[in-house]
Amino acid sequence: MREQRRRRLWMAGAILLGVGAATALVLTALRENLEHFYSPTDVAEGRAPTARTMRLGGVVLEKSLTRAPASLEVGFVVTDRFHELPVRYSGILPDLFREGQSVVATGKLHGDGVFEAQQVLAKHDETYMPAEVKDAIDRAKIKKAQQEAAL
Amino acid sequence: MIAELGQVALILALLLALVQASLPLIGSFQGRADWMALARPAALAQSFFVALAFGLLAVAFVMQDFSLAYVAQHSNLRLPPHYRISAVWGAHEGSLLLWVLVLGAWTSVLALASRRLPLPFMARVLSVLGIVSVGFIAFTLFTSNPFLRHLPPLLDGNDLNPLLQDFGLIVHPPMLYLGYVGFAVPFAFAVAALIEGRVDAEWVRWSRPWTLVAWSFLTIGIALGSWWAYYELGWGGWWFWDPVENASFMPWLIGTALIHSQAVTDKRGSFRAWTLLLAIFAFSLSLLGTFLVRSGVLTSVHAFASDPARGLYILVFLAFVSGGALTLYAVRAPRLNGDSETPFGVVSRESLLLSNNLLLASACALVLIGTLFPLLADAFGWGKFSVGPAYFGPYFFGLMAPLVLLLPFGPLARWQQADAAGLWRLLRWSALAALAAGALAWIVWREALGWKGALGIVGGAWLALGVVAAWRARAVSPRDVVANPTSAPNRRLNAGFVGMLVAHAGMAMFVTGVLLTESSSIEKDVRLAPGESLTVRDLEFRFVSVASVNGPNYQADRGQFEVWRNDRRIAVMQPEKRLYSGGSQIMTEAAIDAGFTRDLYVALGEPLRTADGGNSASQPWAVRIYHKPFMRWVWLGAVLMMLGGATAATDRRYRRQRVAAPALREPMAHAHLAVAP
Repeated sequence: MREQRRRRLWMAGAILLGVGAATALVLTALRENLEHFYSPTDVAEGRAPTARTMRLGGVVLEKSLTRAPASLEVGFVVTDRFHELPVRYSGILPDLFREGQSVVATGKLHGDGVFEAQQVLAKHDETYMPAEVKDAIDRAKIKKAQQEAAL
Repeated sequence: MIAELGQVALILALLLALVQASLPLIGSFQGRADWMALARPAALAQSFFVALAFGLLAVAFVMQDFSLAYVAQHSNLRLPPHYRISAVWGAHEGSLLLWVLVLGAWTSVLALASRRLPLPFMARVLSVLGIVSVGFIAFTLFTSNPFLRHLPPLLDGNDLNPLLQDFGLIVHPPMLYLGYVGFAVPFAFAVAALIEGRVDAEWVRWSRPWTLVAWSFLTIGIALGSWWAYYELGWGGWWFWDPVENASFMPWLIGTALIHSQAVTDKRGSFRAWTLLLAIFAFSLSLLGTFLVRSGVLTSVHAFASDPARGLYILVFLAFVSGGALTLYAVRAPRLNGDSETPFGVVSRESLLLSNNLLLASACALVLIGTLFPLLADAFGWGKFSVGPAYFGPYFFGLMAPLVLLLPFGPLARWQQADAAGLWRLLRWSALAALAAGALAWIVWREALGWKGALGIVGGAWLALGVVAAWRARAVSPRDVVANPTSAPNRRLNAGFVGMLVAHAGMAMFVTGVLLTESSSIEKDVRLAPGESLTVRDLEFRFVSVASVNGPNYQADRGQFEVWRNDRRIAVMQPEKRLYSGGSQIMTEAAIDAGFTRDLYVALGEPLRTADGGNSASQPWAVRIYHKPFMRWVWLGAVLMMLGGATAATDRRYRRQRVAAPALREPMAHAHLAVAP
């Protein structure tokens, strides 16, 4: 019986140790791989880091889409109707990508103030705006109203 | 008329579910046989009325009754008939009704097949299922009623999301739900056992086939979803670690742990409390998945915008069902294990299956944390985050590597105390051969393969040879069996054993497929005009032309591609760009040439304007061309796992008649198991 109890204690200890190690590992992994969401206003105010993978959301500015003549390079501007940020992307844009519609791009902000996207997501549902994008635009609106009130 | 009938059927189903959930349970405490006997008819009648409601909604879709708001929103006059049926579960309300229907199907089958179960136990199991039914039927009726009228009726409906107008949508949700919801059965068994305060060999033996069948459905459901995303979303990915996918994957991981832990409880009587806990968690995670998918709290690549009130309802229901079950567990579980736990050594089948369970549970925790963290961060105002494949991929790999390493030892190891040297003797040639295969592949295809691909070959070969070794040990040379030599009947190739081998072979195929396709796929996004071509590996993709075609409810640009190898045409591929609903919905219809060892994938991006504004026939397109080796193995592996699970469920020992009624009352008999001192 004592033998069994000792073995159980060892087992519980080993499991606890394993769980602890796993938790520590997972939390580190999470911290290193989180992609923070920023709006163009966040970027304009210098809150977004450069050269770290992040997500940028907003609306594709009307008439801002440009294409390189001989490659799949595209450029467009993402706006929250307060600040704007140019985005560069090479590849095929999703079916629902439209000027004037919301978009979420994953990529890195470069020193020259251009966002280099590795992935561009547009929502499947055209009447639906991703929660983050809506939130970013709302925040920008409030800020704009505050600034105008201050003037 | 249809709407009213459907409504009434659903209300009747709710009332019957209330009866099913309450009276038999109360009767089981008061020893009233007449109340307990109500469980079966109530369950059958409840399921019947749910099926009736579902059938009526389907009729409304087929007859195109646009006076129903739900029908008007998700179909229109040009929708082909077979998609009218699948449109029933194409959106929130209908898919909940499908959930309830599937629960009804499981409940009825259980009610019909459970005649052998002792009456009080059967009454409790069906009552627990009744509680779940009440929750979901009420949810459908009060927050997501598909029978609401839209008056005056519309002349034409909106349209079904074109992504969902597809064979994949016809089969994927029913299969997935059959799995998801199927875990309600082991859950109900677990709760009933906890109420009874007794978990014995009989109990696990009843529960096992249901768990296996549910797990098989979930496996194929997830695989179908992955296959559908691969060919339908237009970018050729098969798994994105998207929250909606994770929602179905978490119950699968715990379900896989559960079927292994049940084996231990069944054969050895150990792990009882743990098996119960896993059964509770598997279904709780199914409910969590339903919450995540149906509440709209997630930002997902699969769009499921919905309404927060619904989310709150499911969350409260989840808290009630899982919280209740876990509380019951906390109160009762300490009494369940008692002294009946048989001790086992560090090297034994128990400890190997324990590692399996711990690894799978950790993997599930990993996925759970990654899926929920963005929600928590948002709720607590830490900011808006997303967690991508960079988090899930490597760590999941890290947890699965030891699983793959240990797997072949499991079926060969003896219960209680295995002989490490003996195990190694049985598997050393397999290990060597697997390493040699990997090394050889690495030497020959180093460029294409990468270390991941080489590991895939080593892992796959190791698992496959492990299956062979397990089969040999059992069937060919019984004298070498390291497994318990006293259990003579086990030497036969019973369905449970064969099913396990098939599922493990599926795992071998899956591991190989995943790692090979991840490491050696070539994916090119290029600008290509008709008449031009692109060479990928030894294949030349020729873009011949683009033509306009008309489908039943869409217009499309159809590309014509030919794939040539050494002056021989091996495939003609016709990817399409479709415009639905008068052009407001655009869809990429990829062309896929599937093969056993490779998939060719061509999709049209968008037409590009030339500098000189050239005519439309020679207009260049953005084109996506992929060469994906061993892509099919990922899904074929899943199919094998499903077949394995289904085979194991047919094992005769689950169907054996109960010896005598009092057997339930006795604690598990260990006498014949020769417990070591």
